[in-house]
Amino acid sequence: MLAALIIVFREVFEAGLIIGIVLAVTRAVPHRNRWIGGGVLAGVLAACVVAAFAGALSNLFAGMGQELFNAAILTVAVVMLTWHNVWMARHGSELAGELRSAGRAVVEGSKSLLALAVVVGVAVLREGSEVVLFLYGVLAAGDDSAWSVALGGFGGLLLGALVCVLTYAGLVHIPMRALFATTTVLIALLAAGMAAQATHFLEQANWLTAMDKVVWDSGWLLSDSSFLGRALHTLIGYTDQPTAMQLAVYLAILLVTFVLMRIYGSAAKAMPEPAHG
Amino acid sequence: MFASPMLSKTAFFVALCLASVSAMSTAGAQTATEIQLSYKDKKFEPAEISAAANTPVVIKLKNLDAKAMEFESKTLKVEKVVAGGGDAIINVRAQKPGRYEFFDEYNEKTARGALVVK
Repeated sequence: MLAALIIVFREVFEAGLIIGIVLAVTRAVPHRNRWIGGGVLAGVLAACVVAAFAGALSNLFAGMGQELFNAAILTVAVVMLTWHNVWMARHGSELAGELRSAGRAVVEGSKSLLALAVVVGVAVLREGSEVVLFLYGVLAAGDDSAWSVALGGFGGLLLGALVCVLTYAGLVHIPMRALFATTTVLIALLAAGMAAQATHFLEQANWLTAMDKVVWDSGWLLSDSSFLGRALHTLIGYTDQPTAMQLAVYLAILLVTFVLMRIYGSAAKAMPEPAHG
Repeated sequence: MFASPMLSKTAFFVALCLASVSAMSTAGAQTATEIQLSYKDKKFEPAEISAAANTPVVIKLKNLDAKAMEFESKTLKVEKVVAGGGDAIINVRAQKPGRYEFFDEYNEKTARGALVVK
């Protein structure tokens, strides 16, 4: 039971961190619960589908289907997170101010919410499909211990949800203005980390073989399979043996985010303020 | 109103990334050592495999059990779910000499093996 609890918790942990951040980011946006909840639900359903077809998925692309699928959904998440940050550079001040109820902000707000709902859905899908496979396998085995393992799995899910709540609670204690600045940085790092993970999957699939030398090995200092290492892996993309390509992609995403935010953020300020009311 | 030019620029950026990725990925990788490995009754067979140093390794894993398993190695940086009765191909980049442990994440205690690189 304890083993099941740990396995499920490890999978749900990452998704919990990401959902917590997204909930904090969208604190001021109306209807956010509906969108984020929808994202989680879609993620769970998709995870079941992916788990059911795991064998078929794996056999695609000469046995590299799983890696390419992971790389593809991570790329979707990276694009959505970057888009959200750029969008916030333009509309963040409107949302933070008293314009929360302004019709356009709501409409535009749901556009950004859609992006974040996709990010949440993708995170749940990725981690969830492994949980589904594991629990299904346990129940299908029909051992006496099956229910105790399922119980452990449920406990793991609850602990993962707790991570989500704690992340959220930690972030919302930051005052609104600072929250936007903090989460912008968090989301940029999250996106860069996901891009580096996607790079790793492409390297695993042998689709990306350029610059595959490991730049450093900091496993002796902080292993990325330790608890703290895993948290940092999700949050900022820490890995103890990054390849040159992973580093390049990581920095490129940060640079692109920064440049796009400058372009669209300053364009917003240069334009006359829309009439309020 | 702002969304559409921004979207098209995002799309352009993505296309650019994809183009550069496909340009960089070369078709012919180094010739790799191929190793057959099977998994049955929550055990790897053989439990120890070996390969030469500084050569990429391809592990061809057959899961003979009915349940799914996840091949994982922290030191080799590999994680792969293998469906019950399914096959998997695992690419391992060229390694320095050493002993690299792997296990089934769902049965971490009993299902263990190692790749010895000489």
